[in-house]
Amino acid sequence: MNFDDYRGVWVFLEEKDGVIAPVSLELLGAGRKLADKRQTELSGVLIGEGVTALAQSAFEYGADKVFVYDDPIYRHYRTEAYMRAVLACVEKHKPEILLYGATSTGKDLASAVATDLPTGLTADTTQLDVEEDTGLLLASRPAFGGNIMATILCKKYRPQMATVRPKVMKALPREPGRTGTIIAESIPLREEDVRTKVLEIVRATTRRVRIDEADIIVAGGKGLGGPAGFQLIHRLAETIGAAVGASRDVVEAGWIGHHHQVGQTGVTVTPKIYFAIGISGAIQHIVGMQNSGLIIAINKDSAAPIFQSCHYGIVGDALEIVPMLIQAFETALGRKEEANAGKV
Amino acid sequence: MLHIVACIKQVPDTKIIKMNPKTNTMDRASAPAILNPYDAHAVEEAVRLRARYGGVVSVLTMGPPPAVKAIKKCIEIGADEGYMITDRAFAGADTLATSYALTKALEKIATIRPIDLIICGKMTIDGDTGQVGPGIARRLDIPPLTSVNKVVEINQDEGYAIVHRKLEDGYEVIRSTLPCLLSVEKEINEVPYSPLPNMLRAARYQPHIWSVNDLPDIDRPQLGLKGSPTIVSSVWAPAKPQGGTMLEGTAQDQVQQLLNVLLERRELLEVGRS
Ligand SMILES: Cc1cc2nc3c(=O)[nH]c(=O)nc-3n(C[C@H](O)[C@H](O)[C@H](O)COP(=O)(O)OP(=O)(O)OC[C@H]3O[C@@H](n4cnc5c(N)ncnc54)[C@H](O)[C@@H]3O)c2cc1C
Ligand SMILES: Cc1cc2nc3c(=O)[nH]c(=O)nc-3n(C[C@H](O)[C@H](O)[C@H](O)COP(=O)(O)OP(=O)(O)OC[C@H]3O[C@@H](n4cnc5c(N)ncnc54)[C@H](O)[C@@H]3O)c2cc1C
Repeated sequence: MNFDDYRGVWVFLEEKDGVIAPVSLELLGAGRKLADKRQTELSGVLIGEGVTALAQSAFEYGADKVFVYDDPIYRHYRTEAYMRAVLACVEKHKPEILLYGATSTGKDLASAVATDLPTGLTADTTQLDVEEDTGLLLASRPAFGGNIMATILCKKYRPQMATVRPKVMKALPREPGRTGTIIAESIPLREEDVRTKVLEIVRATTRRVRIDEADIIVAGGKGLGGPAGFQLIHRLAETIGAAVGASRDVVEAGWIGHHHQVGQTGVTVTPKIYFAIGISGAIQHIVGMQNSGLIIAINKDSAAPIFQSCHYGIVGDALEIVPMLIQAFETALGRKEEANAGKV
Repeated sequence: MLHIVACIKQVPDTKIIKMNPKTNTMDRASAPAILNPYDAHAVEEAVRLRARYGGVVSVLTMGPPPAVKAIKKCIEIGADEGYMITDRAFAGADTLATSYALTKALEKIATIRPIDLIICGKMTIDGDTGQVGPGIARRLDIPPLTSVNKVVEINQDEGYAIVHRKLEDGYEVIRSTLPCLLSVEKEINEVPYSPLPNMLRAARYQPHIWSVNDLPDIDRPQLGLKGSPTIVSSVWAPAKPQGGTMLEGTAQDQVQQLLNVLLERRELLEVGRS
């Protein structure tokens, strides 16, 4: 393997609901820095049906080139079809680095591609850097439930690949009108060659709770004592227009559904304000919310680890503090005009 | 007769593992070794499918000799057979080398009894990559199906499986040819307490144990540390958070102070309310 043949930083551009997924834009931001350091190009790989037009937004977020596989066979994500496209593209154009979002699609695709190439794949990266002269990718990730960080290298194979956690890297500000080169690619792939079929896609009928998109999250933990106490979380959230989050223990106790779970095995969130109420602050919870803009913790135990990771902390009984907070907000935000203003 | 193989791993319980603050290494003695919790669901699903369709459930692990305990746990859940590959040659494997060694073991198991379905956990709680399942599937050239949260049907006669793959906002229904490999979500099932007969059987059970020499056509350079493209170059403890401002005074005072802090950022509250 001649390393000099491998040039350029690539990002797999994940398409979702007709737009490029936020994590892919974040990776273009991170990839731009790596490419600039290596004085090389940043490219995207875009696969789907009717996706060519999306290349423009990749250019506006930092890409120089986009390789596009636009064909009905890619209508739904399927490992085998997408993998064939990425493998062909890598063999033809030889990137030195290839990044994917650590989403279920990105992880699935990257694992398959890494096995076939073969090359190394670092999982769930949260820090990326590159050695300027050698091009060695320094990919760091949490392991052992977030108890340690490890820097992982891939010295003997190219491309170097990593999946990167959503919401950790920063997208560049959009530069409207920035352009680049679209390279249309295709491979001979027939429907009969793909051994899986998507029979149906079922969207959840319940109102979608997208806590990963909320500006404010009020999250509750076991400290609320039970489903009745947890209602206070819903009430506070409603008062200030926030989404509701929860610790894993609360989800496991059945007080609220799994898609509200924040943390390592739940959702990673970066709201502008995050309330952690009756949550102890286990490392697996912290990794899911530590990049929030303003973190407020309420816990009756002054030694709770959550106070190490918050901006403002209140030591006290949530069952007492939260109702007071709800009332204070209602007054301050002008709900309930009849409330005794000033007397909160 | 279906033959289902669940791949399982023994892991340190990362929930209670302690770090040595001087060396930044894990104090393994502080954490008991357990069956990877996700893999319990893989085995349970295999057992449930056997109840529906008949057949045999085998489990396979690669690990050091004490991992026999994890196999016994799977026998308690209801597995029929346990296979373990253990050898210094496997040590230090990354996911690529792990999937290679496991594939060689699966090929050998398939000579004893052809395999229809392989089930893996979503991920482990120590390495935590989720890469091994799809890696095995690619090496065996069978379809990998990740994020599976329901098995609708396994039709051995017609050679297909229908499963649900979890999406962020729902699920998709997939039909795949058999054999295939599923990586299953925790929510796919609940693992009940093991019935007593299983416990008794597990206590006596001796798994099939193979070393590298027992695996035919193995390409040694692809094993263990040597066969691993990724290298863990350094390990460190994540930066300790600083800690925030603790509000003081009576509960009333504290609530008022907090309100003031938040009202300074009132525009955020308005955003949230829209
Ligand atoms: C592999 C793995 C993955 C995990 N993934 C996640 C994850 O994604 N998300 C997650 O959250 N956890 C996760 N966990 C679990 C995590 O380790 C903790 O067990 C969990 O976060 C604890 O939830 P909790 O803080 O609600 O409960 P507890 O730890 O029980 O804490 C309750 C807190 O409430 C306080 N309290 C009690 N009463 C009151 C009161 N009246 N007023 C105010 N405070 C009160 C207590 O002082 C305590 O600090 C994971 C664990 C493992 C091993
Ligand atoms: C700190 C640290 C970081 C690491 N980071 C990486 C990395 O980024 N990339 C990389 O390639 N490797 C990495 N590794 C190595 C990796 O943990 C090992 O290769 C491990 O053997 C398998 O990966 P996993 O634990 O992530 O399994 P996963 O891929 O998460 O496991 C998924 C499923 O595969 C099956 N399975 C996994 N291992 C076994 C086994 N031994 N026997 C039977 N079935 C099994 C189980 O069904 C399991 O649920 C890292 C190791 C450490 C210590």
